[in-house]
Amino acid sequence: MLNNETLLTQLEALFPSDLSNADFSFDLLTVEVESSKLRTLIATLQKDDSLGFAFLTLIGGVHYPEDVDREFAVVYHIHSWKHKIRLRLKAFLPLSNPSIDSICDIYPSANWMERETYDFYGIIFTNHPDLRRILNEDSMDYFPLRKEYTLEDGTREDKDDRFFGRF
Amino acid sequence: MGKIDDEKVINGEGYQLTTLDKAIGLARANSVWPLPFATSCCGIEFMATMGSAYDMSRFGMERLSFSPRQADLLIVAGTISKKLGPVLKQVYEQMAEPKWVLSVGACASSGGIFDTYSVLQGIDRIIPVDVYVPGCPPRPEQIIDGVMNIHKLVKKESIRRRYSAEYKDLMKEYKIELKEDNVK
Amino acid sequence: MNKETAPIIESPSEFYNSRETIDGDIATINFGPTHPATHGIFQNILKVDGEKIISSEQTVGYIHRAFEKLAERRPYNQITPITDRLNYCSSPINNLGWHMTVEKLIQAEIPKRVQYMRVIIMELARIADHLICDSVVGVDTGALTSFFYPFQEREKIYELYEEICGARLTTNIGRIGGFERDFTPVFHTKLKAFLKSFPKVFNEWDSMLSRNRIFMDRTRGTGPISPERALAYGLTGPNLRAAGVDYDVRVMHPYSSYEDFDFIIPVGVNGDTYDRFMVRQEEIRQSLRIIEQAYGNLPEGEFKADVPDFYLPDKAAVYNNMEALIYHFKIVMGEMEIPSGEIYHSVEGGNGELGYYLISDGGRTPYRLQFRRPCFIYYQAYPEMITGQTISDAVITLSSMNVIAGELDA
Repeated sequence: MLNNETLLTQLEALFPSDLSNADFSFDLLTVEVESSKLRTLIATLQKDDSLGFAFLTLIGGVHYPEDVDREFAVVYHIHSWKHKIRLRLKAFLPLSNPSIDSICDIYPSANWMERETYDFYGIIFTNHPDLRRILNEDSMDYFPLRKEYTLEDGTREDKDDRFFGRF
Repeated sequence: MGKIDDEKVINGEGYQLTTLDKAIGLARANSVWPLPFATSCCGIEFMATMGSAYDMSRFGMERLSFSPRQADLLIVAGTISKKLGPVLKQVYEQMAEPKWVLSVGACASSGGIFDTYSVLQGIDRIIPVDVYVPGCPPRPEQIIDGVMNIHKLVKKESIRRRYSAEYKDLMKEYKIELKEDNVK
Repeated sequence: MNKETAPIIESPSEFYNSRETIDGDIATINFGPTHPATHGIFQNILKVDGEKIISSEQTVGYIHRAFEKLAERRPYNQITPITDRLNYCSSPINNLGWHMTVEKLIQAEIPKRVQYMRVIIMELARIADHLICDSVVGVDTGALTSFFYPFQEREKIYELYEEICGARLTTNIGRIGGFERDFTPVFHTKLKAFLKSFPKVFNEWDSMLSRNRIFMDRTRGTGPISPERALAYGLTGPNLRAAGVDYDVRVMHPYSSYEDFDFIIPVGVNGDTYDRFMVRQEEIRQSLRIIEQAYGNLPEGEFKADVPDFYLPDKAAVYNNMEALIYHFKIVMGEMEIPSGEIYHSVEGGNGELGYYLISDGGRTPYRLQFRRPCFIYYQAYPEMITGQTISDAVITLSSMNVIAGELDA
């Protein structure tokens, strides 16, 4: 049975130079991966029967507007049922070129999760079979979950910002 | 109503005097066929109202019609997002006269707790609404109260309402095109 | 029965599969978004040849309410009402999952009594969710009576929720650190009555459908999915267990004292609609078993944890004690001190693994909160399940998958 420390050792053995910032907080190993190497890493983990990461739990995006050149983070959670262990992989992307390889052919469940991340943040997943908006209308021209946009619709004329402390 | 002579009634010569509006209003009110446009949590409370504890069939409303052409009452229960707005408007336009709209829940009445970029802040922005039932979700008793208010409106409504100027102005305000035979 | 001895019943799709084309004319049919048989608002555009479905395309997002953006605006105790509206048929599970996530972040010690109370409420919610799903499968095959019987039982579960939190459907149950009040005497009476009366009513309703010739002919062989494809598509919950894979978050990563209870995980054989229906029926029985064990061994103790920073103090203390007044003010205004960190916690919802990925930067609202919504992820498998089937099979497959629109779109 693996635990977080032995998992990290195995990952470092497989990919000696692409990992950084390993974190064990709250009992879940988090590792940062370079965005160009992420696809190879996930493909290796999925095929490796001894590790057994056969289940993709979640793909999500985060926006850090203050970190220049590392504005977007794409976070992948994968789960090994064999060892009852979860792994979180993060890839940071710059605002000027927020694109990363899609993993739809490795895990088919990534399809809609990547579309949702594109819809909310504008992160482009290259080689995705059908990258278009999923939850918002197709005609929407901005990416709503980025930090610079407000929660409410900007075109409302009946909500007076003065009453809500926004000037 | 005119006075009824008891003897004549017992001998089978009874008659009642009323106006056509009232008789038709009574018939319409007790057999409203709803179209449940149930999107989210209020839809489940609507289903509970249809269940046997808070029976809606005692109002004559157990025949749900999912086809707008055969429905009288559009019950909008749940959040309507901007993506769904055109669909709702199309369903409303497809309904035949006379029609009423009951907006169930806070989300349908005003957007509810979801004051966000994707939620329509109240269906009365796109279709005219007759009765609003607030609540999140409203209890079945409240939904029944809303339905009974609709019945009050139905009973009092003139059968020539759709030809009135007030109605035409209302439809113009919502940019809903009236068909040819309504313009008499 | 196991895979070798189970008889294979030929479904209408077998007939359709044996012919190259039915009438050669491909028609496009719009199934939704407002449709009586899609229990929720989602659209499927089907391309059919005769009645056989060649391909389908989904459009979702008709009830997108921006929960994740909304959560960035709200303090931690105000996010509970939003989680209610994810899978609104079993909202206590969502609420308590969120409370457990925050408690994991603040590393609070939760008393055993609270954990057992949570288990009772979560299993009641699971029963309520499966009752709706299975009654709707019955309705879609034509048995309208199967809708009214379970809804009466749901009313009893609503009464139990009302005793604890005051609401029927969107419960906002519990607090970070426990519950608002202990189980009242009325709750004990009602729960005992429920545990006594529900099995009989459930068996009566179950016997109407589960060995019914018409129902079995309608549902066996429709919407099948193999275990490998189910895993690849990220299915969880009863849909995955019907395909034959026994993954249950309560067993793999036990939370809230689930390891103390003895229950089995029902697993299906073919992954078709009948198996999904039967897995849910059996899960209702197992949930009853868990409730009986939890209620029978309910430990004494506090109904709340010792987290004064997050749990509203007693009103009497607020009016008399300065410290309690300050805590009350801070909690109500949402100025709680949350440590910064990233956390992922998941619970077994009515539809599978419901996960919360929370990034906190130490502020009063989350920096990022993402919900791992099982419906959203497994609805991608729907086209593969219905290709080659008839339209009426597509309807039953959709209702047996229990796609709740609130969880699909968030």
